[in-house]
Amino acid sequence: MKERTRHLIQAVSALLMNGNLKGFFQGKIWQGKSKQVCVPGLNCYSCPGALGACPIGSLQAVLNGRQKNLSFYVTGLLILFGTIFGRLICGFLCPFGFLQELLYKIPVRKWRIPKKIDDKLRYLKYVILVVFVLLLPAFLHGTYGIGDPWFCKYICPAGTLEGGIPLVSVNSGLRSMVGVLFSWKILILILVLVASMHIYRPFCKYICPLGAIYGLFNRFSIYQMQVEKDKCTHCGICEKTCLMQVNVTENINSPECIRCGACKNVCPVHAIKSGYRLK
Amino acid sequence: MKKYIRILLLLLSAGMILIGIYSGETQIVLQKAVNICLECIGIG
Repeated sequence: MKERTRHLIQAVSALLMNGNLKGFFQGKIWQGKSKQVCVPGLNCYSCPGALGACPIGSLQAVLNGRQKNLSFYVTGLLILFGTIFGRLICGFLCPFGFLQELLYKIPVRKWRIPKKIDDKLRYLKYVILVVFVLLLPAFLHGTYGIGDPWFCKYICPAGTLEGGIPLVSVNSGLRSMVGVLFSWKILILILVLVASMHIYRPFCKYICPLGAIYGLFNRFSIYQMQVEKDKCTHCGICEKTCLMQVNVTENINSPECIRCGACKNVCPVHAIKSGYRLK
Repeated sequence: MKKYIRILLLLLSAGMILIGIYSGETQIVLQKAVNICLECIGIG
């Protein structure tokens, strides 16, 4: 599939997930029943346009409630999405991933993170998943027994970009409540956006807990990538092309692969295949 | 082996989703999603 077609799918996906366009002008969020359903990508449910719920936000919402339950519903949806697609969702459907890719196209100097540091930093998203998405919301709670959505509150730049900035811009009531936390979140957003111009998808590589979850399913998902070993000439073009730095010929279904298909497009002997298989 | 893991995961996910719907978790998600999440947007 051509890169342009993939970008079109990403754009359509972003639009479908955020179809309540009038919300941006009104400074209000959609309150329809469709918000019972979690979208597969990282898309803040406080985005004025959002028509569905964010799975990471929803997971924390159930965890930090009075009953402190792990959400069967949200976890079940994540397992379903992961089992069918793995990180194909990251490569094709996630609006925040799409934004990072667009920023990377800006012609500025690209930074190369040393492999030793990059390899270790990839584990950070799992730490963020366990600590900020699961443990802190479940175990740290306030006066009324309700905890904070720690990842959403202190880290997630998607919430700031999609929800915070549009709502605060239009809604004077919210604007009057802006304080230190908003400044902190704006700082994180700016850092991620600037980093995205110099590093391919830094949020997806190092921070995103949703990517961390889906990555665990890459090895088992129904959608699979495959290198036909008898055709592969080990020219290395696939690995040089892969912007997620996956070792394509050795581990094409790595948890780091977002299944964008760039390696498949560039292989001179068409040794890379992808598709759905139950076996 | 992977085939059985996939089938198991699909069945597990379907079961968990149904349990979640039956126990009213979709309402918790809806309640959270239809109100502006002040924490998410950086207001606190």
